[in-house]
Amino acid sequence: MRRVYFDNSATTPILPEVLAAMQPYFAEQFGNASSIHHHGQETRAAVERARASVAALLSCRAPEIVFTSGGTEADNLALFGTVNAGDHVVTSTIEHHAVLNSCKHLEDEGCELTYVPVDGSGRVDPDDVRRALRPNTRLISVMMANNETGVLQPVEEIGRIAAEADVYFHTDAVQAAGKLPIDVEKIGCDLLTISGHKIHAPQGVGALYVRKGTKLSPMLFGGRHERSRRAGTENVPGIVALGKAAELAKQGLCRGEDQKLAALRDRLESALLRIESTGVNGAEAPRIPNIVNVYFAGIEGEALVIALDLKGLAVSTGAACSSGAIEPSHVLMAMGASPERARANLRFSLGKQNTDEELDFAIALVPETAARLRELSPTWAKESVRN
Amino acid sequence: MGSDQVQRHLSLNMQKTQTIAVAMSGGVDSSTVAAMLRADGHSVIGLTMQLWNQRRLAGREGMPESVQGRCCSLDDVYDARGVAQAIGIPYYVVNHEERFEREVVRPFVAEYLSGRTPIPCSLCNNHLKFDQLLIVARQIGADTLATGHYAQVEFDDQRGRWLLKRPTDTAKDQTYFLFGLTQEQLTRTIFPLGGMTKPDVRELARKLGLALAEKPDSQEICFVPGGDYKRFLDAYLAEQGESLPDTSGELVTTSGEVVGEHRGIHNFTVGQRKGLGVATGSPLYVIQINGEKGQVVVGNNEDLYTRTLRARRVNLISVADLTEPMRVGVKIRHRHEPAPAMLEKSGEDEVLVTFDEPQRAVTPGQASVFYDGDVVVGGGWII
Repeated sequence: MRRVYFDNSATTPILPEVLAAMQPYFAEQFGNASSIHHHGQETRAAVERARASVAALLSCRAPEIVFTSGGTEADNLALFGTVNAGDHVVTSTIEHHAVLNSCKHLEDEGCELTYVPVDGSGRVDPDDVRRALRPNTRLISVMMANNETGVLQPVEEIGRIAAEADVYFHTDAVQAAGKLPIDVEKIGCDLLTISGHKIHAPQGVGALYVRKGTKLSPMLFGGRHERSRRAGTENVPGIVALGKAAELAKQGLCRGEDQKLAALRDRLESALLRIESTGVNGAEAPRIPNIVNVYFAGIEGEALVIALDLKGLAVSTGAACSSGAIEPSHVLMAMGASPERARANLRFSLGKQNTDEELDFAIALVPETAARLRELSPTWAKESVRN
Repeated sequence: MGSDQVQRHLSLNMQKTQTIAVAMSGGVDSSTVAAMLRADGHSVIGLTMQLWNQRRLAGREGMPESVQGRCCSLDDVYDARGVAQAIGIPYYVVNHEERFEREVVRPFVAEYLSGRTPIPCSLCNNHLKFDQLLIVARQIGADTLATGHYAQVEFDDQRGRWLLKRPTDTAKDQTYFLFGLTQEQLTRTIFPLGGMTKPDVRELARKLGLALAEKPDSQEICFVPGGDYKRFLDAYLAEQGESLPDTSGELVTTSGEVVGEHRGIHNFTVGQRKGLGVATGSPLYVIQINGEKGQVVVGNNEDLYTRTLRARRVNLISVADLTEPMRVGVKIRHRHEPAPAMLEKSGEDEVLVTFDEPQRAVTPGQASVFYDGDVVVGGGWII
């Protein structure tokens, strides 16, 4: 069966150049990057080159990059590394679960938490962040772009608020990295998370930007790796891949690949909106160029995802739970959707490798599949009768 | 239901598609169904319903910390997915938690609090398995649903109706829980194990190479681990921020004499002997529970026997209507041999069953299911 992959916000395929860059570091250049001998020197050099590439993507200095096992670990490190019992943290209701569940744990451990709401278009109001600050606020954590809707948050304003209040500012840039230019100085953040497998590197590697001078306690104890901020022998192939992916992402931005992606996404979005009783979640807000999250009245998103998968198109909806079933989206509910509506959505997320031809395939498939589902849906029947 | 019977069912329905969705629970029965349909060359999709989050009440009010409940426990999903991967079929877990709580769990709680003994499995079949799941199956392109139930479906040309029948292995007969199925639902349902015995099924599972051929069967209600429904009620109500209503009151004899007190009607079920807290010469049993008065009527064994029962919200399968009284066999609980009786309409949506011989412990809230030999005539809820 022909398979088309429009779920790049879940993960991305490794680009050929990235795979090629990793290749030597499995069996040929395999040394422990901390070893004194030649083998270690080789891989140490590779790790540091990768560090420089990641720093270039974020416009920061190489020593400010800490490699981790992925975005989740980086988010955890940012939160648990800066916050102590008795501190107050300001975050938002639409964060990724890596941030939200870490915050819940901080609450269990004696911290105070404020979860700032979003408006109907999925945006945080910086004034709400400012008003939430307390004398004991230690950290603000607000993501740069939401993973479900793609909506961009006002991080530069929040950065200014954090600076004025002398409070740390962390932003989860997992979805934003590579989709738009990121300059940590302009944003004014102290900590920033990126994830390898969202930018065409493999799963299992990520990075946390830590502004020089930030007091960060490690979570992993052992060797003095990453300037004693994150113990553990470096995942050299993964780090090399992340470095290469960062380099390609930066080049792509310079070449306007984000605009190309936006054009594809916009074409898909218009086609989907031609289906009756649909709408875009986060329509009124600025978004990263590759995501469109569409509401389909009268349909369970879950059934539509399955029906499309059986025809070869891969998309997603909401958050998966451990059994593999889908739960109603906390992000969409935070935007004001009822539980029914929060289950009636599909996220289409494009990647560098998607083509116009694949778009044509999706544009032909989705309307007829949605129509079949509606034919059999009791909730759609009720809605049609009402209208 | 052999391969040719499956074929006949599919062709009779003139289904638009020949794809069969299998409701997979992670147990031997449904796993074998999926494997045998696949082996016979059908296009199969495996589906598991996520119905209840076993972690929700863990540790509350004495509920076990580590979750052992069945049905959509992660272990069962893991097993079902493993089977699907082994036999090479697409497999999905669908989230129907909200509907399950609304249509099965809440009524379960409400029934106990009203002094009746509920059967959640029948409600799950009526509202989820053969309703919501069937809709999803059709939406994703499978016009037929197969389950591992021990039951049979066949079309009666003469009557022009789909019939639900008892399986070959009457010891495993699950038709008691399926009395609510409509013609519309039966058109789209097959029970491939109906003609097999349980040992046959395990043997077939082994032959088809399924690792879980020896997995023990689950007998309990899926969302009540260990069968302790009282703890479940406490934990669920506490979680909902509701308190257990006070239905304490008197224990009375059949002649109205007060012989003791009780702390809540939900602690009792008709026919129960233990937990009455009253010592007399001969054993005492719960005869009746009066929800309104908070009274539990106790008596001796003979008092448990009645000749008649009434049932409401009747669903008829083999006939369209009960125009005249009918001789049937009637089950008043799952583990019961159909007892000979007369069945007749006694109201707009009510039937009266008159047994040849008095029956023991007829329990409001349970179902009474009517059989004409092997054929399920229909059933209703005992009031």
